[in-house]
Amino acid sequence: MNYRVLYFASLRDRAGMDAEQVNSLAVDARGLYSELRARHGFTIGEDRLRVAVNGAFAAWERHLHEGDEVVFIPPVSGG
Amino acid sequence: MFRLSETPVAPATLARELAHASAGACVTFEGWVRDNNEGRAVLRLRYQAYTPLATDEGERVLNEAREKFTILDARCVHRVGTLEIGELAVWVGISAAHRGAAFDACRYIIDEVKKRVPIWKNEHYADGETGWLHPDNTPVTG
Repeated sequence: MNYRVLYFASLRDRAGMDAEQVNSLAVDARGLYSELRARHGFTIGEDRLRVAVNGAFAAWERHLHEGDEVVFIPPVSGG
Repeated sequence: MFRLSETPVAPATLARELAHASAGACVTFEGWVRDNNEGRAVLRLRYQAYTPLATDEGERVLNEAREKFTILDARCVHRVGTLEIGELAVWVGISAAHRGAAFDACRYIIDEVKKRVPIWKNEHYADGETGWLHPDNTPVTG
C-alpha cells in the first residue's frame, strides 16, 4: 500500500527530507515505523514517539489504509 | 483561539481581543527566546510545527482550560520559523471575572502546550552546532 509520511524535527534531519511516498507491506503504524526506522537509521524508539494518522493522534496498532498520511511525532518542545 | 504565526505577534493587540465587559482580570504570559540553554550560548531558535494537528491540539488545550476554570476568554499564539534572541515565541492570554482563575488557566495552558502540541524547537548554538530539544529542554538524539 502507499502511504504519505511526513517528518519533523530530528526525524526530518535523519531522513534528509520533509516527506515521502512510501510503498509498504506494513498494515499498521508500528510496522511502518519499524520499516522506516531500518531504512533511515532512526534511533528514537516507539516508546518516545506518538503517531498521527490523517492529522489526528492514533494508536500504534492503528490499521492503515491506502493513501493515509502518517506522522511519527518526536518529543515536542514548543514554548 | 489557538494559532501559529510565521510573523512577529503584537501582545498589546492580542490582549485587546480578550476584552469583555464582565472581566475583572486579564493575565497574559509571554515566552521569549533566551540566549542560553543548559549552559550553552544560543544565537537563535527555529520552530517547526505539524500545523493541522498543532492547531487542533492547541484548541483542545484551550477548551480544557475553559472547562476547568471560570474564565471568559482564552487565546494562545505560537510562532514558527526563525526567531532571534528576545523575540516573543509564545503568547497566552486569559480574561476572567477574577484573577485566581485567570492565573490558573494561564499556567495550565502554557504547561499543556509545551507538553502536547506538536511544535519543535531547534537551537542554533554559538559553536555552530544545532540541536532539537525535549519538553524539559534537554537534547534529543534521533
